[in-house]
Amino acid sequence: MDKTILAAENLCKNFGGVTAIVEVSFELKEGELLGVIGPNGSGKTTLVNLLTGFVKPDLGRVIYRGSEITGKAPYRIAELGIVRTFQMVKPFYQLPAFKNLVIPLYSPRVKKLRGGGYGDRDDVAIDLLEDVGFERDSFVPYKIASSLPHGYLKRLELARCLALRPDLLILDELFSGMSMSEVASTLPIIERLNSEGLSIIMVEHRLKELFRIANRVMVLNFGAKIADGSPRDVMENDAVKAAYLGSEEEEDA
Amino acid sequence: MKYRKERLDRGIKARCEDIFALSSYREILYLAFPRVLPVAVLLILPLLKDVVGLYWEKVLMISCIIALLALSWDLMASVGLISLGQALFFGAGAYITGFLNHAFKLPPILTIPLGTLAGALFCTLLLSPVLRLRGVYFAIVTLTLPLLLARFIETTKILGGTEGMSGLSPLPDIWIEMYVPVLALLLCLFGFRRLINEDYGLVLQGIRDNDRAVMSGAINIYWFKAQAVFLAGLAGSFAGAFMTHYNQVVGMAAFAMDYSILPLTAAVLGGVGSFAGPTIGAFILVPLSEMLRAVGTLRVVFYSAILIICVVGLPEGVFHYIRRKYHQFERMVEVG
Amino acid sequence: MDCRKIMLPSIIIYGLINSVILALIAMGFSLTFGISGVANFAYGGFYLFSGFLVWMLLNYLKFPLILAIMVTIGVTGLLGFVTYWVILLRVRGIALSEVIATFALGVGILELFRWMGFVTYEFTLPYLKKGMILIAGVPVDYQRLFIIGIGLGLVLFLYFFTHYTRIGLSFRGIAQNERTAISLGIKSDRTAALSLAFGSAMAAVAAIVILPLGIISINTGYEVLLIAVAVGIVGGLESVPGILVASLILGYAQVITGTYFKPEWMMVVYLAAIVLVLGIRPSGLFGKFKELEERV
Repeated sequence: MDKTILAAENLCKNFGGVTAIVEVSFELKEGELLGVIGPNGSGKTTLVNLLTGFVKPDLGRVIYRGSEITGKAPYRIAELGIVRTFQMVKPFYQLPAFKNLVIPLYSPRVKKLRGGGYGDRDDVAIDLLEDVGFERDSFVPYKIASSLPHGYLKRLELARCLALRPDLLILDELFSGMSMSEVASTLPIIERLNSEGLSIIMVEHRLKELFRIANRVMVLNFGAKIADGSPRDVMENDAVKAAYLGSEEEEDA
Repeated sequence: MKYRKERLDRGIKARCEDIFALSSYREILYLAFPRVLPVAVLLILPLLKDVVGLYWEKVLMISCIIALLALSWDLMASVGLISLGQALFFGAGAYITGFLNHAFKLPPILTIPLGTLAGALFCTLLLSPVLRLRGVYFAIVTLTLPLLLARFIETTKILGGTEGMSGLSPLPDIWIEMYVPVLALLLCLFGFRRLINEDYGLVLQGIRDNDRAVMSGAINIYWFKAQAVFLAGLAGSFAGAFMTHYNQVVGMAAFAMDYSILPLTAAVLGGVGSFAGPTIGAFILVPLSEMLRAVGTLRVVFYSAILIICVVGLPEGVFHYIRRKYHQFERMVEVG
Repeated sequence: MDCRKIMLPSIIIYGLINSVILALIAMGFSLTFGISGVANFAYGGFYLFSGFLVWMLLNYLKFPLILAIMVTIGVTGLLGFVTYWVILLRVRGIALSEVIATFALGVGILELFRWMGFVTYEFTLPYLKKGMILIAGVPVDYQRLFIIGIGLGLVLFLYFFTHYTRIGLSFRGIAQNERTAISLGIKSDRTAALSLAFGSAMAAVAAIVILPLGIISINTGYEVLLIAVAVGIVGGLESVPGILVASLILGYAQVITGTYFKPEWMMVVYLAAIVLVLGIRPSGLFGKFKELEERV
């Protein structure tokens, strides 16, 4: 439980003069669920992009299981087992939901994990969809992705990540745009994955739900880390209160 | 009284979507007819060369060649790579084949496959740095490359310079001349269709629709794009390689704009993304342009007009229109 | 270049002229692309169209030169504007269709002129002013000086236009973030149409000052598109500093190869430069926003 799986050291990123991330360092232990919160524009998504190789940091390093992955191509990082969801879901709209999962299932990583002989990807895809709460015997997994409601698309996004059998899952605002009941049904899935030993970084706006399941919470404001600790400590932290003060209405949106 | 148009699938189509379709000859025929008919026509036409005449047999062959280029264009388009320079493939295949025959006196049976392979490889290597870029940028680069390569050959006077290389070996006999392009076309058409419907093809189309999602699925999109370019390059280079031996000469005309704009027009006219569409487009366009031979360069203006009209007015293309008519019927229903 | 004795000053001066010519040609294409994201492949067509239009106005309608030039710049600009409203508006956002439509339009225009018989040697445009002067012992004719002047003038004009006028600022707004610009009340379509009009008008300006140096031939149209694109690829398509730097590099490289090797090799410089830049930095020397990683 106390082996470090991912460590970020002194990450910095500017976008044309605007600082998005300033000297952020943190460590993630194997099997931990780390929540990342912060007001709008505090650099949460940029942090995810830096960790997964979609954006290259100006300074700093990302270390995954003892080896440096800074600046590696996104697909290489995914191949190592760090898989992310996107905040704006953009599934392959013309494809049926389960066919969406065939693409990650085609990757060399899955091939390696499953061994040479490969069964039917469609069956695996249906199983995965069931795991994230698609009703197996209904038409839902076979529906064209563009006809699915937003909550299903978010969970499809989650299933897309699970298809790669990740070692570290990074969820970028998975709950945004989900209804209360959808969140309530997705939360146990994440808890289960975490209890099965999957390390998770969860960037989230829904503080209540996050604080219930996170082991540890990190707070960003204007790109800098202002607090890091157990959910209870973070809630009591003065700097966090100051950062969030007056933005209560905003985060409920 | 207001009316609106309603489209319904034919009953037979709905039944044919399941495996139960194979329960009656009528349904088998319904499914097989649109596939078998064009294949049969393509295979039988060369046999009727005395009836059709050699001139129109040549038109058939050129249609096949342009269709091959259009197919290669369409395969690249299904990965999201818009090419304005299929002439690059054609020219590369043509020149390599011509060079092998000219310099080493290899027979066509060796030079054509070698030229096809080497041409595709050459184009893939040349385009590989650009695969990282998206959209318009790729189109811009593909537009320039064939034109610049032609100028390169012109100035450096390599590979025969402006004159090209002539006196190459002819194809062994007329049946090969007529059947090889037809067979290559059918192979590519059905091969590409099969490929794109496989899981492999899903990955390719996924790259077109959302490359980031594919990348975060631990898939090296550049490697897949390169593979697609190579496959497309095979079809295009073969067209060039074959024409080299057919004409017994290869020159700068192999990089000419015609080989870029004709396949493009064919694909857009026929319907992008279906493989059958570009083939149909080529078989409409090439004979039409033969009939318009009298008007000279106005032909190109005419292609351009077709292109603009199709892109703006009929984006679905002929093939999708025909398919819709085949599978659905329309009727007017009262509204309100 | 018959002045090999005075090689160095000649290279410096003619290199500069050549660079300005390249920049003039590339500027309009890059301006349109930078603002509206439309790659105007009809650019070569517009360029040649304006050349022939001036010629026709001068020879058929006997317009005075200045009037013919004004009319041509106006008409070509209008052509760009109309192209946007009639064709591009309907396919906006579909990269494939935009590219195909403008490409087809350009080829259509060029081949129409070819069919109409504009292929002989009689088609030349007059110099704005005849005669030449010696600069550091190198003879330079006034037309080439005009080119430098107009090129520099255009760059300055563009700078002030985009930084200090309303339309110019809305251009930059759209270029930076189309949606935000729309929400601030900038009409996206009108701005895009204007950007096309401006790009086309600049093609006309370039054609009017550059074409008198040689004869007007159909292939010039394709060549111009090629140059615009090549300079764009090397410098970075939407970046004005990139275009200027790339023009200088290519312009001097060409003149140097032209002097020391053979003039035909000048075209090869483009290919070499493109291949080199693509291999090292595919988005161009100053380009941005085109690599996948930057778009997240």
